Amino acid sequence: MTRHVVAKAEEIQAGTCKIVTVKGREIGIFKVGDDFYGLINRCPHQGAPLCRGEIVSRLVAPTPGDYRLTRPGEMIRCPWHCWEYDIRTGQSLCDPNSVHARAFDVAVEPGKTLVEGPFVAESVQVTVEESYLVVTM
Amino acid sequence: MNMTVLDRKPDQSSQNDTPAQSHMGFIDCDVHPYVKGPNDFDPFLSKRWLEHKQTIGGRPRQGLAKTSMYPRMSPGAGMRMDSWPKTGGHPGSDLPLMQEQLLDLFDVAYGLLAPLVGGGPGERNVEFGAAMATAANEWQLAHWCDPDPRLLGAIQVNIEHTEAAIAEIEKRAGDRRFAQVNVPPRGLEPLGRRRYWPILEACAANNFPVSLHLGGTSGHASTGGGWPSFYHEEHPSYVQTMQTLVTSLVCEGVFEQIPNLKIVLVEGGFAWLPALCWRLDKHWKRLKAEVPHLKRSPSEYVHDHIWVTTQPIEEPERPQDMLATLEWIGPDRVMFSTDYPHWDQDDPRYAFKIPLPDDWKRKIYRDNAKALYNLD
Ligand code: FES
Repeated sequence: MTRHVVAKAEEIQAGTCKIVTVKGREIGIFKVGDDFYGLINRCPHQGAPLCRGEIVSRLVAPTPGDYRLTRPGEMIRCPWHCWEYDIRTGQSLCDPNSVHARAFDVAVEPGKTLVEGPFVAESVQVTVEESYLVVTM
Repeated sequence: MNMTVLDRKPDQSSQNDTPAQSHMGFIDCDVHPYVKGPNDFDPFLSKRWLEHKQTIGGRPRQGLAKTSMYPRMSPGAGMRMDSWPKTGGHPGSDLPLMQEQLLDLFDVAYGLLAPLVGGGPGERNVEFGAAMATAANEWQLAHWCDPDPRLLGAIQVNIEHTEAAIAEIEKRAGDRRFAQVNVPPRGLEPLGRRRYWPILEACAANNFPVSLHLGGTSGHASTGGGWPSFYHEEHPSYVQTMQTLVTSLVCEGVFEQIPNLKIVLVEGGFAWLPALCWRLDKHWKRLKAEVPHLKRSPSEYVHDHIWVTTQPIEEPERPQDMLATLEWIGPDRVMFSTDYPHWDQDDPRYAFKIPLPDDWKRKIYRDNAKALYNLD
């Protein structure tokens, strides 16, 4: 494991992403709130450059017509088939009643309206050292 | 929690995501070229029709002129977001980018063009529609097929103008830069109706398969029960359209009338085909007296005359169900397609969620299209 300085912290504004290359692999560095997160720039579904997608919120509707925007700016939507992933963990999210959730035996915690889907985008750890962003891989 | 481990992590040792050898050289049965600007077709229009286009314009079958009936997600406008050329313009309008993202990346042997531009095939003024269809054909040659001979054109026609459509098909006969004739699947009447037979006959007589590529509107509601509310709802209505086409072609006896007619269903998926055939076969046994012109069971006509392309591929929750489906349709009747650069395009490396037997793979990615279109 080597530590790679990939950017200056001020280069990445909250709600944006910068794509860097570490060891030949593209990584998207995101700033969500005050924190930085890294995702491998590759969608687990069919391999699209995931981090070039749109940073979005999670839209939920407890009943038809009752729309609620949640988790503003915490999701990345794949630029190809629009699957959405949690930027902080790389976890794809899907509806608890969907076939995926049943097929993959996902544990639904009480009160949770979103469950984890079967796909996880690879995330990498990003740390801030002084004013530099450092990826360890 | 069970995790599905899919073969889609990049090879850690390689610097970039190079396609595996087995996907190189495939034939892509659905590639969308686009115009650079609204005037691209102008050089191919006669003065009479150019002036019409500039001063009167098109009369499409839908009410909305500058968008589709079901606008796609934004940003991206229904395109792969990374396919917008940096130099400006619309996805699919830039040959070098298409080469980089598709043709060269996979060393594509042939790409079958499906130009959904110009409005010729769906134009209500059929004279103008025929002129625009001809222009679209010239445009394909000049902008795509000649600059990159891997790209094969699809002859555009307006099937509401029988004479012009037949003349256009005959004009292109023997031109190897064209692989097939493209007919919009959502027409004014089901495609098997007698009024369309002369055009279908001309296709068969000149060795052109007929490709039915989804999209667009006929002006009728897109489902038998009316207009859907969501794009998510509209998307599966394409399957109903395909089912209508297959059913119409079979029941009207088109394949009895034109025994060498070959039909390619593009962008409708395919997993629905077995169930439709089971139903048609069942009722054929009971209702034969109504359709005595059908000498064989509907599924036999389907097997002999219909090819399907893969995208947007079904992703069954039990991936092995895909193999049973392919087996029923026949691995010699399925052809791979990407639908580049649309948002729901498929990547040849990852589209199938289950490994295919090697001989199926060869057929689906290459050999079936090679045989159907008589390619080297
Ligand atoms: S490749 Fe990302 S959703 Fe399909």
